[in-house]
Amino acid sequence: MNSVINFIGNNIQMFYIVILMVFVGIEVIGKVPAVLHTPLMSGANAIHGVVIIGAIYVMLHTDPDNILSLVLGFLAVVLGTLNVVGGFVVTDRMLEMFKKKK
Amino acid sequence: MNTQYLLDIIYLVASVTFVIGLKMLSHPATARKGNLIACFGMTLAILGTIIIHDEKVQPIIYTLILSAIGLGTIAGWMTAKKVQMTKMPELVSIFNGMGGACAALISLIEFQHMGHQVMPVTPEGGMDLSGLVEMLKNMAHQGGMSHTAKLAMIMAGLVIGSVSFAGSIIAWAKLNGTLNKPIRLPQYNITNNILMLGLFVYAFLIVNGNVEGNMHVYLLFAAALLYGVMFVLPIGGADMPVVISLLNSFTGLAAACGGFMYNNKAMLTGGILVGSAGTLLTLVMCKAMNRPLSNVIFGAFGAGSKGAAAGRELTGNIKEISITDAAVLMNYSKKVIIVPGYGLAVAQAQHVIHELETILEERGVEVKYAIHPVAGRMPGHMNVLLAESNVSYDKLVEMEEINPEFSNTDVVLVVGANDVVNPAAHNDPASPIFGMPILDVENAKNIIVNKRSMNAGYAGIENELFYNPKNSMLFGDAKSALTKLVSELKAMD
Repeated sequence: MNSVINFIGNNIQMFYIVILMVFVGIEVIGKVPAVLHTPLMSGANAIHGVVIIGAIYVMLHTDPDNILSLVLGFLAVVLGTLNVVGGFVVTDRMLEMFKKKK
Repeated sequence: MNTQYLLDIIYLVASVTFVIGLKMLSHPATARKGNLIACFGMTLAILGTIIIHDEKVQPIIYTLILSAIGLGTIAGWMTAKKVQMTKMPELVSIFNGMGGACAALISLIEFQHMGHQVMPVTPEGGMDLSGLVEMLKNMAHQGGMSHTAKLAMIMAGLVIGSVSFAGSIIAWAKLNGTLNKPIRLPQYNITNNILMLGLFVYAFLIVNGNVEGNMHVYLLFAAALLYGVMFVLPIGGADMPVVISLLNSFTGLAAACGGFMYNNKAMLTGGILVGSAGTLLTLVMCKAMNRPLSNVIFGAFGAGSKGAAAGRELTGNIKEISITDAAVLMNYSKKVIIVPGYGLAVAQAQHVIHELETILEERGVEVKYAIHPVAGRMPGHMNVLLAESNVSYDKLVEMEEINPEFSNTDVVLVVGANDVVNPAAHNDPASPIFGMPILDVENAKNIIVNKRSMNAGYAGIENELFYNPKNSMLFGDAKSALTKLVSELKAMD
């Protein structure tokens, strides 16, 4: 119990962010028309690719002699990049088609 | 200038672009720009992370990072550019799985690193002071997170990421047709729930220090992958969009765990934002199908209902219509509504249908498309497919708006759609789709259904619409049937 309270207390800013972001997430896509569900899902998919920052960070702090970590880290960065690049490009391709015709 | 602050500001900017991007993505006019804005923020955050940091980093590490990014960019770009629009849902699923795997790998590596920090001892067995100092420094850098808390975040990231990865791969295989039947082990619901509970308990034991050693973490990793597979396997292919959306928000949470671990606000905001927006989107999709989320995950869609559908024998006559008759009927109509389904996409007939629409419009026929919220394989998928063949999106009318219009429509042309026009949703309480909102095509004066055969739709149930006296069937592959229809219409002028 004590450790849970300490954890929250030590990271109180993070907890504020989490809770506010939950509301922002709900608010932001609250009135989305069904037309945009697929692109929106795809766009959100690209945004969680932000996990790549963690992969890069872990690589930067890896000892060059630790081969296992390097291999896993390399793989993580490749996969994270796939998520980001693929996600944004696919979303753009979908949205490119929603042009208004005269 | 403090470089750490500079990085923090970059992350702040990135977080704001994610929120703005997502906001703009939910309006048709701004959607594309919104995507680009979020993309810009992401690029900024990635570059900042690589360039700005205090520690000295060996060139080999830079080389590895940059080549990994290069590799990922080329592969991601090529796949995303090359893939057909009908394959979009699969692709989103794959990319989502990659993000989940990335989060799981980060956790694995962090756990390894932690192993070195936990007990900073000298070879003689005494406490290593410099190691301890190093450890405290790391802790300070990571925002005062205790050993236990960090371990908890690592385990959470590992489990959620792995479930998302394994689940996405299964979802991909299902959409792809590789795994086209729901596989249900006996008592799969109970087994899955026990497995999930087991994951929680196991992770708790590891965090709490009851069990120690790398072995347990790898076991947990394997168990989480297994759970991801078991979680998605019993769910039918028609429900995959909902599952993908759910897994999408899981990956968001996994990214947020990483944010906690590194006290990284960009990862935290991005992850939680996707987690919450993704959950809401999942619920919205379920609502469009009129089924609670629990029914999608634990439900027996198809299994229990198959018996019911078989029990209700449909009898009556099925009328067939020739291409010429169909062409004449449409040519002398005032108003035609086209109901496109996934069959249209599979046959790659979206361009031909646009041609048909153009010809009819030239002859003074009013043409509209009725889009069911779950037409295609994902909500909004049909809109993307039709937009690809230059159909103006003013012509795509959503279900609630078009339903009252059917009664003054001369011809409804249903192409490759089945369950979304099945009246059983209104009048057969035993039907698995009972209560699902459908397009009320039976109110129109004439209905023409183009289908390859009399096979049942995705939900595996018969459609009594086909036995309606106003309905006639135009059998054949959507593309060839529509092409013939178009040339017939052209010849009539």
